[in-house]
Amino acid sequence: MDLTYTEEEQDFRARLRAWLGKALPELPVKPSPDDWPGRRAYDLGWQRRLYDAGYAGLHWPVDAGGRGATPTQHLIFLEETERAGAPYVGANFVGLLHAGPTIAAEGSAEQRARWLPPVLRGDEVWCQGFSEPDAGSDLASLRTRAVRDGDDYVVTGSKIWTSHAEVADWCELLVRTDPAAPKHRGISWLAMPMDAPGVTVRPLRTLAGSTEFAEMFLDEVRVPVANRVGAENDGWRVTMVTLSFERGTAFVGEVVACRRTLGELARTAKANGRWDDPVLRRRLGRLYGEFGALWRLTQWNVSEAERSGGVPGIGGSVFKLAYSHARQELYDAAAEVLGAGSLSLDEEWTLDRLSSLSYTIAAGTSQIQQNIVAERILGLPKGR
Amino acid sequence: MHFQPTEEQRDLRAGVRELLARRYGREALRASVDTGVTVDRALWRELGEAGFFALRLPEAEGGVGLGLPEAVLVFEEAGRALLPGPLVATHLAAGVVPGAAAGTAVVTAFDLGDGLVAYLGEADAVLGAPGVPAGSPVRSADPLTPLHRVTSYADRSADGSADGSADGSADGSADGSADSSIGRSSYRSQGALLTAALQLGSALRTVELAVRYAGEREQFGQPIGAFQAVKHLCAQMLVRAEVARTAVYAAAVTQDPAEVAGAKLLADAAAVRNARDCLQVHGGMGFTWEADVHLHLKRAWVRAEQWRTAAEAEELLAEELLGSAV
Repeated sequence: MDLTYTEEEQDFRARLRAWLGKALPELPVKPSPDDWPGRRAYDLGWQRRLYDAGYAGLHWPVDAGGRGATPTQHLIFLEETERAGAPYVGANFVGLLHAGPTIAAEGSAEQRARWLPPVLRGDEVWCQGFSEPDAGSDLASLRTRAVRDGDDYVVTGSKIWTSHAEVADWCELLVRTDPAAPKHRGISWLAMPMDAPGVTVRPLRTLAGSTEFAEMFLDEVRVPVANRVGAENDGWRVTMVTLSFERGTAFVGEVVACRRTLGELARTAKANGRWDDPVLRRRLGRLYGEFGALWRLTQWNVSEAERSGGVPGIGGSVFKLAYSHARQELYDAAAEVLGAGSLSLDEEWTLDRLSSLSYTIAAGTSQIQQNIVAERILGLPKGR
Repeated sequence: MHFQPTEEQRDLRAGVRELLARRYGREALRASVDTGVTVDRALWRELGEAGFFALRLPEAEGGVGLGLPEAVLVFEEAGRALLPGPLVATHLAAGVVPGAAAGTAVVTAFDLGDGLVAYLGEADAVLGAPGVPAGSPVRSADPLTPLHRVTSYADRSADGSADGSADGSADGSADGSADSSIGRSSYRSQGALLTAALQLGSALRTVELAVRYAGEREQFGQPIGAFQAVKHLCAQMLVRAEVARTAVYAAAVTQDPAEVAGAKLLADAAAVRNARDCLQVHGGMGFTWEADVHLHLKRAWVRAEQWRTAAEAEELLAEELLGSAV
């Protein structure tokens, strides 16, 4: 049980840090949050730089075009890029962390050759077509239908909360291919081209005022059967393979960012005199302790993954529960430091406070995560 | 980076769990509640022989030569078993107070505020103090932690001449050595960490007790654990315990004072709140004397006041946070 990095890991960190020191000053100006084409170009441009420098798909297996890095190296990568202020994975999130790993694990040789290189090079963007109006946290209740017609599936239905749908080239789409089967079966995983006839995307406005995600309507969209990853009606299992990745390392950079934010908050409080309030000061001290522990929990989970052969375990649910609530606490404390200033949308804190509200909902609500922890870790009986 | 217990560390923890299950199982626990004998001298010596107190003494001095990470795993087990007695103070006294390492002496400490001292009546020595002061007994909330209030440091074995006033704080007198400020803060930090490990063990144990009860107890035709309201209580208990666990283990590895303060803070909260939630899951049964839940809660309350309180930990962390924000 230790927290020291091996010589190899330290070398990796040093080389990455040196590269970031050169690469970041050459970045173009960041586009405004509402400029979607601009954001796409910016995010893909950063991905291309990572690719050229050999950092693309770091955690992907080598035979999928990745670097086969250890979980610890991936952790170091996420830690260092966040620390240096490098661009967030952004529009590449689904491709790099979800659809890509799914295709790498479950796809055929042709499918891997077709879809993986463009993700790594930053040529194509993916979005996630999982949730539906009546199938959010109860994902297995999805109803979007796919009916076999020759070499195609004909897909009809609608999806919701589809991040980056406006600028995506591909959608990882979950569809029901056997309506008679029990709800976890009869689901298939398709790669759907976003420019196919019958696909309509309508942006949704979030409570933060931005258009982070969209609704998507599918009207007799033809998707080749060849685009199905995994066996027909086996899509639920295929999806579960990769959802654990999302919960495993998705928040590493954010924990680093939250710790830095806390530091800025303390400085702000010191400057505006609020630091003299012992109640607020102690609140910030407690949060510092909590985020310190969350960072250690991240290292713990990554070490565990390394020990068990690279697959992130169910500990991700424990982490997400603790982290999503702590993040909301952090921005509530920020509002207390700012006082009435926290009502201004010109303050970055305010936008972050608004966006923190999604963390206990997205990627499985806290209530669903608690059911997962209770049933799958603690072994409590399934019920209502 | 391998932030996971090694095979040896897992074996050590399993060995201590086995020893405590054999020597201090539920019957022994309830017997100490009934008889009021909180420190069993024979058991104390056995713990000494097993290396519980001498764990971190160098082998050359008759110790086991292990480190804080190992000590934390051992104390986690003691917390799980609700083992009473001044375990932390005696462990810290190994190599300093004769007999502490071997478990032939019982050593307490001024680790509580308000002039209160735990296990004073059972103690042969007080960590860092020249003798054992007299004190008047106080009815203790925790039946397994007898308390005395000490108003002066007069040695109860001496002729009664007072040698100082007791402010009761852990760093007021917990060290009699020449470099007292270093010694004190080191005792205090280590004491806080080992106490956090006891809290962690208790927090993990109350998750098990709650889950077991929720799986057995039926209401409305099904185990209460099938109800989301109960499930969610149990899930949050595990989250608290697991966050506390990594905080405690990491602090044992780094020994960073702020990280230790964070570990104490989170472990205190996990132990106290988990015991409360465990009591809630047990319903009316949880409010009875015969259920063990109240013993965990009351001990967690005592430990939360020992070595480093939440307020002290938060202030220390705040100071560190401000210092880090440059």
